[in-house]
Amino acid sequence: MKQHIFPILFGFLVLLTWQFSVSFFHIEQWILPSPIQIIDSFWQSRSLIFFHLVPTIFEASIGLIGAIFISIFIAILMERSQVMKKIIYPFLIISQTIPFIILAPLLTLWFGFGLLPKIIIIALVCFFPITINLFDGFQGVDPSILRLLNSMGANQKQIFRLVKWPASLPAFFSGLRIAAAYSILGAVVSEWMGADRGLGILLIRSTKSYLTDRVFAVIGIITILSIVSVLIVEIIARLSIPWHFNKLRVKS
Amino acid sequence: MKKGPKLIIKNLSLSFEESIIRKISLDVNEGEIVSIIGPSGCGKSTLFNVISGILKQDDGVIKIDGLEEKQRQGKFGYMFQEPLLFPWLKVLDNIMLGFEIKGLEKNQVKIEALDLLKKFNLFEYSNFYPNNLSGGMKQKVALLRTIAFNSNILLLDEPFGSLDAITRSSLHLYLLEIWKKLKLSIIFTTHDIREAIFLSDRVYVLSKKPANVADCIKINLPRPRKIADLTSPKFVEMEKKLMSLL
Ligand SMILES: Nc1ncnc2c1ncn2[C@@H]1O[C@H](COP(=O)(O)OP(=O)(O)OP(=O)(O)O)[C@@H](O)[C@H]1O
Ligand SMILES: [Mg+2]
Repeated sequence: MKQHIFPILFGFLVLLTWQFSVSFFHIEQWILPSPIQIIDSFWQSRSLIFFHLVPTIFEASIGLIGAIFISIFIAILMERSQVMKKIIYPFLIISQTIPFIILAPLLTLWFGFGLLPKIIIIALVCFFPITINLFDGFQGVDPSILRLLNSMGANQKQIFRLVKWPASLPAFFSGLRIAAAYSILGAVVSEWMGADRGLGILLIRSTKSYLTDRVFAVIGIITILSIVSVLIVEIIARLSIPWHFNKLRVKS
Repeated sequence: MKKGPKLIIKNLSLSFEESIIRKISLDVNEGEIVSIIGPSGCGKSTLFNVISGILKQDDGVIKIDGLEEKQRQGKFGYMFQEPLLFPWLKVLDNIMLGFEIKGLEKNQVKIEALDLLKKFNLFEYSNFYPNNLSGGMKQKVALLRTIAFNSNILLLDEPFGSLDAITRSSLHLYLLEIWKKLKLSIIFTTHDIREAIFLSDRVYVLSKKPANVADCIKINLPRPRKIADLTSPKFVEMEKKLMSLL
């Protein structure tokens, strides 16, 4: 708790300075609203924000879950077959340098304004960190452990189930943590291309109407959403790989 | 009728870029503890990798119970130089590993593993993760996991190498207890002459790389061995003899 006190104090100080600067310098509300105005605006439009929050969460979750399944499939495919690895891996690395977000207009062109193009974008954005982390996890298994299983006469299936999969879970979750944050980002940006509901579209509309306080409120909600999704991944990780976390504790 | 040796190794050779093992022959009788000492890097671990079937020999024959075995994976309980416990499995599940690989039925496996933990005083640690165990504990668990593989020949590669003197000495007695209860045949490697004498019936001395059997010494100390044996004149005499060979 002690190490949190300074950042909290600092954050408070920033908000306080913000609040007083706005009234002291008479800054117009449409340029920079004060924190209190933002909170007030959030409260005023809470049902509107909630209305737009639901589809964003929905898209992000579906996209992320889709990405998880595809990633696991591709990583296992590359792990099982050297040929597949040689074919896929270079593309994977190149694809890392493409910001998939830029494909959003194209996908809208092809698939319209519905759910599908959004989910595709989100899955594309989330896919890379999970796949690459999981695959690196498979590759990084201690060779001595593999030799041990070999000496016991274990078959490939057993080696995968007993060693490679569990040993790679920490890497998988590091990838998932990044992907979770990307999924919210992907959802918001894909909504900019066109949607009738979603935080992304609410953000655009509020900007166009110079409702700057609501813009801030929505930005705040999006940020919180990202943090919460990462936290959820963290909680799942702690529940499913407790051994990884108690190792860290012993070390420090 | 006298039974033949449990394990026979004849003229075993292996080279990578250079020759590592050259024409090693040795045997282990049923219920015998045999140790292998030799300079660091001479090829002891490599020898075990060949015996266990992970590496293929260039030349030579390995017989178990008098029959030549070419596919040897799964025939020995092999404990590696490092404990290699799986950090993602609790002690109990680590011990069940060998049974699981053999494809035995899960409930039966659990009963056997728990039984083993009880018999050898690790029951209260069943639910610990390896990372929460001390070095000596880890080594005990690794030993039990090797035993749980249910092979009656064990290959132990420097089983106590990384431990402090006190833990090591308690683990010597632990091993002897297991050996006696389960009637095992054991080969182990070590750098420690006293450890070799204290535990073994015979000690093979290997030469520098390429490894070859330089000598084989019979240890005529009565069993059961006790800590007091370590200071008996006979023990000291044997220690001197081995020293001169290395
Ligand atoms: N896969 C390999 N390829 C090439 N050389 C190897 C390989 N494995 C081991 N060696 C070499 O074989 C020699 C014997 O190694 P090994 O690990 O068997 O020695 P050791 O007697 O067990 O040593 P220590 O007492 O330090 O454990 C070393 O010189 C090592 O460099
Ligand atoms: Mg070695």
